[in-house]
Amino acid sequence: MATPVPILRMSGICKEFPGVRALSDVDFRLMPGEVHALMGENGAGKSTLIKVLTGVYDIDAGEITLDGAKVAFANPLQAQQAGISTVYQEVNLCANLSVAENIFIGREPRRLGRIRWREMRRRATALLDRLDLAIDVTAPLSAYSLAVQQMVAIARAVDISARVLVLDEPTSSLDAGEVEQLFRVMRRLKDEGIAILFVSHFLDQIYEIADRMTILRNGRLVGEYLTSELGQVELVGKMIGKELEDLTELDEKPKELEAVERSQPFVEARSLGRSGSVEPFTLTIHEGEVVGLAGLLGSGRTEVARLLFGADHATTGEVAVGGTPVALRTPRAATARGIAFCSENRRAEGLIPDLTVRENIVLALQAARGWSRPIPRRRQDELVDKYIQALRISPANPDQLVKNLSGGNQQKVLLARWLIVEPRLLILDEPTRGIDVGAKAEIQRLVASLADGGMAVLFISAELEEVLRLSHKVGVLRDRRLVAELPNDDDLTTGVLMETIASGGRT
Amino acid sequence: MTAPTGRPPMSGADPAEPAEPGTGADPSVTVARSGPSEAAPETAATASTGTSAPAAAARPGRRAGLAAVTGHRLLWPGVVLALLLLANVLFTPGFLSIEMKDGHLYGSLVDIARFGAPLILVAVGMTLVIATGGIDLSVGSVVAISGALSCLWISGLDDQQDVGGVLVAVGLALGLSLVLGLWNGFLVAGFGIQPIIATLILMVAGRGLAQLITDGQIITINSSPYKLIGGGYWLTLPFGIIVVAAVLAITAFLTRRLALGLLIESVGGNATASRLAGIRSRGLIITVYAFCALCAGIAGLMISSNVSSADGNNAGLWIELDAILAVVIGGTSLVGGRFSLGGTVLGALIIQTLTTTIYSVGIPPETTLLFKALVVTVVCLLQSPAFREKVFHRRGRRPGASPASADPKVKVPA
Repeated sequence: MATPVPILRMSGICKEFPGVRALSDVDFRLMPGEVHALMGENGAGKSTLIKVLTGVYDIDAGEITLDGAKVAFANPLQAQQAGISTVYQEVNLCANLSVAENIFIGREPRRLGRIRWREMRRRATALLDRLDLAIDVTAPLSAYSLAVQQMVAIARAVDISARVLVLDEPTSSLDAGEVEQLFRVMRRLKDEGIAILFVSHFLDQIYEIADRMTILRNGRLVGEYLTSELGQVELVGKMIGKELEDLTELDEKPKELEAVERSQPFVEARSLGRSGSVEPFTLTIHEGEVVGLAGLLGSGRTEVARLLFGADHATTGEVAVGGTPVALRTPRAATARGIAFCSENRRAEGLIPDLTVRENIVLALQAARGWSRPIPRRRQDELVDKYIQALRISPANPDQLVKNLSGGNQQKVLLARWLIVEPRLLILDEPTRGIDVGAKAEIQRLVASLADGGMAVLFISAELEEVLRLSHKVGVLRDRRLVAELPNDDDLTTGVLMETIASGGRT
Repeated sequence: MTAPTGRPPMSGADPAEPAEPGTGADPSVTVARSGPSEAAPETAATASTGTSAPAAAARPGRRAGLAAVTGHRLLWPGVVLALLLLANVLFTPGFLSIEMKDGHLYGSLVDIARFGAPLILVAVGMTLVIATGGIDLSVGSVVAISGALSCLWISGLDDQQDVGGVLVAVGLALGLSLVLGLWNGFLVAGFGIQPIIATLILMVAGRGLAQLITDGQIITINSSPYKLIGGGYWLTLPFGIIVVAAVLAITAFLTRRLALGLLIESVGGNATASRLAGIRSRGLIITVYAFCALCAGIAGLMISSNVSSADGNNAGLWIELDAILAVVIGGTSLVGGRFSLGGTVLGALIIQTLTTTIYSVGIPPETTLLFKALVVTVVCLLQSPAFREKVFHRRGRRPGASPASADPKVKVPA
């Protein structure tokens, strides 16, 4: 399917960030006229590899050859001039300019310093025709759907340099029809001999469009495979890092699901859903129960959590808390009913970077009390000191600005914020991501003891072992749908979970 | 360094007092901030270590670090204010003297505080708005409207010396200011209109409203109870200074003693995270705009009282820009988040001192704006970490180049 001579070859690529080895000794090659999927879980090094390739980062070791010649790009512009263009998930175009202007911005056809508008429109139309896209090039870009905008971005990239096209999660916010449209364009470009590097978290899409895939894990190369020769279960196994056979041997203590299920249901979601975000799902969380959510990135795990917390509005279904139906319209309504949510995106959605550790920790409790009832200073000190010690937040300085803390400690601050409000349901979205092993174990122990104390926990993690170790039952998500709800008994292993993720609950 | 250390406590006698309750409210953090506002870095360090005693858990090392950070924030505005005062002393030897006449305090420093009172008020309201990540351009119009309404009411009284009637006028003016602030807040928080646009509406329309109230004329009144607000004395002090002190004390109490400040800083620091933490940011933002307009309304009373007339066209003209400037000089970022009331007071005092200096030093009137801009530029540059890094840490090539290029630019307009 592809000619044997790669147009792009990266070999022995190493990239280190302070304290983190993002890529170590990674090889990658790209053939002309193929769609090549770059696979891996969060933090596997996909983005870093793309940024190294496109000149955003320089490499510590290794070399990149393009068309047989060694290259080193100092910035994305150089990469683009050499023939490597990138289209990101967020369209990097100017929505207020016309389609034609967007395609030719910075390289407008000119005569005597004046822009030749007619020529520009003509060339833009011709270019889009090549991609089977018949739109009015004089209309502002914002008049079109995200999918069309993305294709305009692709058209621009292809027109500038038509050899290697990098598509970084282009489909994450497109609907099925739009994805189909995008794939048509990709196939056409492929037939023209362009090499396409494609990143997506949707397995079905990978299997539909990609010819070949390279899998990364923890900054290392797992291998390069033909899509037709690697099954979905094996793929998930390689991404997550355990061969199926090994996984079945993991000893897991079965949780006493029956005992938990006999207690009061705390939150019951019935056909709760939000169009374009997550399909309607039904889920019951009992007091003292830990419900795990498993699924790949982008499978809808976070969306489920946000609906239960009132951060997003549900478009269908209903929620009952403690037996009474409630409308969770705002996070405030949810917190008032004893629901707490630690976002996976702690920088953007969790912490207030310019405030101190103390202020960040007391924030949710203070918000619940309102501005007129301040928490007495002594009580603040008690609470903050208690959780700084309990979670071993370091440095143990309540007056430190939280932006100066490391990621793991920031996560603990966020956790402390919600623990002091003593919630009845604690939603943890990737609470152990990016933190060291010791802290991870501490947080896991904490979750278990909180549940023993009667707190309900919704535990979201990309690490299946962790989900299995803590949960009484596990909900499996795939492509924004809750496909299965499995009791965590003797039969449930990470292997079973992976199979469920891979097959989507279809057997 | 030593000269300014000695002087500001005297010069700042009036303005420092209003700052006191605010800084006293929060034992650990704000006291360290108040240190530099009184002058130099040495005092900042000693002030903060002195206050670290109550917070027993605190370690001396990080106290010092904290003092260094907060010290930096108000250090340069403090230095600039001290230099401005010093310049005045050189030109006017008796500048710092304060004397008692007829049981009233007199002196240039008292005047700075007295004439600066409206600006301080407006800037304090503006500080909270800016801390939420917003801005209020309409304060100048609110100043005009408030003055116009109260003067209109008083001019219609049978007896303009009637205290009851004047109180009604004050109540009406402040009530209307509050309503206007609620309107601003509603546009911003209720409908998500960008603050600069939402308040621009009232900035423009408000001038019209003020003229409508005054019927396009300048309303002149002769009411001694009303005159007290902006021009009178109470307990030897100008009444305006007492009002400012009271407003500052209340603001400091609400924001630092109660939890309003934390919630405002949280909303301004990260709106998304604040929402997820359960903060009712809508009500908070509306409150803040209402408060800002109320401050502007009080300032409007002062300004119109001082001249015993209401001028819908010119009262409070451009005060919004001075107020924003005062906030920024005081170290509160326009992006929102952390705010400093003490810094804002300092910033407003710098602007007022500048105006006084221009008159007392005898700078030609046609260059006053240029001079003002120059000083403000210096303050802003000193506040910029990137600038300090370049100038103070690398005295290599750059300093020689930049004055050379700056010189011709100055010469062209001259």
